[in-house]
Amino acid sequence: MNILSWLVIIPLLTVTGILFLKDTRKVKLVSAIGMSVQLIVSAVVVYMYLTARKAGNMDEMLFVSSFEWFRTLHIYYTVGVDGVSVAMIALTAVVVFAGIFASWEMEDLRKEFFISLILLATGVFGFFISLDLFTMFLFYEVAVIPMFLLIGIWGSGPKEYSAMKLTLMLMGGSALLMVGLIGIYFNSAPDGGPFTFNILEISKITIPIAAQRIFFPLTFVGFGVLGALFPFHTWSPDGHASAPTAVSMLHAGVLMKLGGYGAFRVAMFLMPEAANEMAWIFIILTTISVVYGAFGAIVQKDLKYINAYSSVSHCGLVLFAVLMMNQHALGGAILQMISHGLMTALFFALIGMIYGRTHTRMIHEMGGLMKVIPFLSVIYVMAGLASLGLPGFSGFVAEMTIFFGAFQHPDLFHRVATIVAVTSIVITAVYILRVVAILLLGPIKDHHFDNLADAKWFERLSVVALLAGIIYIGMAPLGLATMIKDSLMPIVDKLL
Amino acid sequence: MSLENFAIMRHELLLTAAFLIILVGEIFTAEDKKGKLRGFAVILFALVTAAGFLPGVEGSLFGDMFRADRTTLLMKNILNIGTLIVLIQSYTWLGKPENIDRTSEYFMLLISTLIGMNFMISSGHFIMFYLGLELATIPLAALAAFERYRNNSAEAGIKLILSSSLSSGILLFGLSMIYGTTGSLYFTEIAVRATAMPLTVMGFIFFFAGMAFKMSLVPFHLWTADVYEGAPVNITSFLSVISKGAAAFIFVIVLFTVFPVIIQTWERIIWIIAVLTMTIGNLFAIRQKNMKRFLAFSSIAQAGFFLLGFIGGNELGMTTVIYYALIYIFSNLAAFGVVAAISNQTGKESMDEYNGLYRTNPGLSLVMMIALFSLAGIPPVAGFFGKFFLFMAAAEKEYYLLVTIAVLNTIIGLYYYLLVVKAMFINKNEDPIARFRSDNMTKLGLAICIAGIVITGFASGIFEMIRNMSYGI
Repeated sequence: MNILSWLVIIPLLTVTGILFLKDTRKVKLVSAIGMSVQLIVSAVVVYMYLTARKAGNMDEMLFVSSFEWFRTLHIYYTVGVDGVSVAMIALTAVVVFAGIFASWEMEDLRKEFFISLILLATGVFGFFISLDLFTMFLFYEVAVIPMFLLIGIWGSGPKEYSAMKLTLMLMGGSALLMVGLIGIYFNSAPDGGPFTFNILEISKITIPIAAQRIFFPLTFVGFGVLGALFPFHTWSPDGHASAPTAVSMLHAGVLMKLGGYGAFRVAMFLMPEAANEMAWIFIILTTISVVYGAFGAIVQKDLKYINAYSSVSHCGLVLFAVLMMNQHALGGAILQMISHGLMTALFFALIGMIYGRTHTRMIHEMGGLMKVIPFLSVIYVMAGLASLGLPGFSGFVAEMTIFFGAFQHPDLFHRVATIVAVTSIVITAVYILRVVAILLLGPIKDHHFDNLADAKWFERLSVVALLAGIIYIGMAPLGLATMIKDSLMPIVDKLL
Repeated sequence: MSLENFAIMRHELLLTAAFLIILVGEIFTAEDKKGKLRGFAVILFALVTAAGFLPGVEGSLFGDMFRADRTTLLMKNILNIGTLIVLIQSYTWLGKPENIDRTSEYFMLLISTLIGMNFMISSGHFIMFYLGLELATIPLAALAAFERYRNNSAEAGIKLILSSSLSSGILLFGLSMIYGTTGSLYFTEIAVRATAMPLTVMGFIFFFAGMAFKMSLVPFHLWTADVYEGAPVNITSFLSVISKGAAAFIFVIVLFTVFPVIIQTWERIIWIIAVLTMTIGNLFAIRQKNMKRFLAFSSIAQAGFFLLGFIGGNELGMTTVIYYALIYIFSNLAAFGVVAAISNQTGKESMDEYNGLYRTNPGLSLVMMIALFSLAGIPPVAGFFGKFFLFMAAAEKEYYLLVTIAVLNTIIGLYYYLLVVKAMFINKNEDPIARFRSDNMTKLGLAICIAGIVITGFASGIFEMIRNMSYGI
């Protein structure tokens, strides 16, 4: 059995295991074991990938295997990875692992919670390993739909409204995507011969430009909705704010990356001509996302809303970088996906832990937390510094590469857009430092907070796993950056 | 008639035999043992269904008025499976004291309807087609009024028979025009002789209207909601699934084999009707609070999706119509099965009363959720595959705008399906439906449906088999 298929099989086995578990107290144990195995397998995949590359295997995709599924429609279950997907798999494994430990104290309907959470993870892993558009789309929807129950049942605040809004908007995006993918399929054989959903095969032909002009925007917007493309980002603040901790972590950390990943792997890679033609529209929209998200975060009072708007800004930056279409910017986009994935997951985990202690998420109701829960507070400051792009953390590496790449375009339009987007760094600093000042420093506002307990072992495990990733990328980005850059070559070649 | 000729009509003859056996069985069953008859009849029907899968004989009878080929065999088998599930699901309901002495009546009416549908599917001549249509409709009206002591059941029966006879009248009028222009009612001869002259087109439109009544396409859908709500739940599920599926099968055969000449006309009509049906069905479904009415409007919207398979006149289209019908049978019957189980046990049919169902009856809620996800087209259940392939069938002929409207409609559909999921899983309820144990037959019926929903999607062999037996214009 192909190693990549195990990435889907292990979560499914875990789900089956939980399903037949009589004792609900053991549910989290089984989940933790399953996801630890998943983390190990992901590490093995990374290791095998690097060894294979070192040994000189220069195929576009490695570990490719294919099963015929719907013969007459030429639909296959095809898996394979390059440097980008390997990096995303590693990110997902870390975030899911941290997510399981962050929800260690989940009480209500525990079994159902972990099943939905792991099903969501299955969809994400499946999406990143798929090379066949049909299978990819199937996993994409599998990843989205458990969100409805996860937010609706275990969420807080206006959870029913948020769950419905999020699900409908994301499924609306995937509906457009479906038309786009079907359109790609029926234009995948311009010279006759069988149609195909295989990404590698489609990338070898040129889809007629008339078809590209219709299906590129559909596909790009379809993925863009999940990547919080302005003006389709409105599901994100409500959804993240209402979701339980682990779900926010997974959703902002990993699920939103499906949008950015799909946007370049499918929309731009397969339809480069239309992408070049229409990039300006989306550059404008993403620039708005970047700046608007950052300004939105400044005025919020709820910790989760602040982080949700910050995600809109950072994910906007991913799409912005993707649209710049050169090697530096694209590499930066991938780095930003990973960096933001770790960072935002860490933020949401911390917010969940703080909320679990103080029972409020309003920043003005808290203060001086540094004095009572120093461990969590210090980690919060570090996450904040990573988010505003301090050197030594992953955020710096990613944003630096993106703006460096984006500014390479000599024309006025791209440069103005880049300059506007760069301002987000300053605005990010404003809202991050503001939160740190109000929340963590100063006197303790409420005396109920005097005797809060600091992080327990499972909480420490969760946040340290994420922080380790952030610092590793910040200190030694070269290995990751090289791995990504090599894999971007075929895509960049097509785009130029 | 030689023995081989019997084999050509195998499905119809077997069903007739079952009908007669039940009739005789009724005579020889003692008054206090009537309850045993239902088990016997279900097993009998299961045998008939199984016999339908024996290798088939192709051919035609009665001077080409009756035709059997691989496609019709497949369609009849699918209808048999669906009816079997309906019969299993009705088992408990038939055991009620007010129904128990009319068990055989129920089975005989249902089987004769099915015989009518089979004759329609196999017809090669419009008279045969019409006979089948009437045989399929009249017993249905009697079934809708089965609980005649309830006012709205009787009302449902009357509404069904009146609107059916109106639509039959319109259909006959259309057929007479077609006869007037082509001089024949044989499918094969019409296909050769028909031209795109106005009277033929007019005749076709009347015929179309008649069929649209049967499939409850907008704007011929007005009878649907009232009849569905009034009729007993199991009859409603039969009406919405088997009856609709059969109409879709026949329609696709007639369009592809009899009217390929005027494809440009019916493509345009179907385009408009499909958009209307999906949109209006969906918008009305949002407002429904009664689960039966809700499923009625959802099934109107689903009928609109079937039309996406018709429109291209392509082989993939016919494949997906049959494939989607099979999936739709499993999904909708699962949903109706849950509604029936709850209605039989507690008499509750309103969506608000489903609030908090998961906490008391997790099994039923899960079945309902899977069924609704399948209807909405959410992976990994079969409905996703069915919808995706239907859209592909329409996209193959470049109806991208129609496909876009259809996918947007799936989102509206998703909204109201999620409302039910929300009621069951998320909403709180002071006084939820109490925990109850369903009997084994109900469980069996639901288990078959769920197995169907899961397997039909993943097992590509089923799709390939259907594709093998389909044809385009």
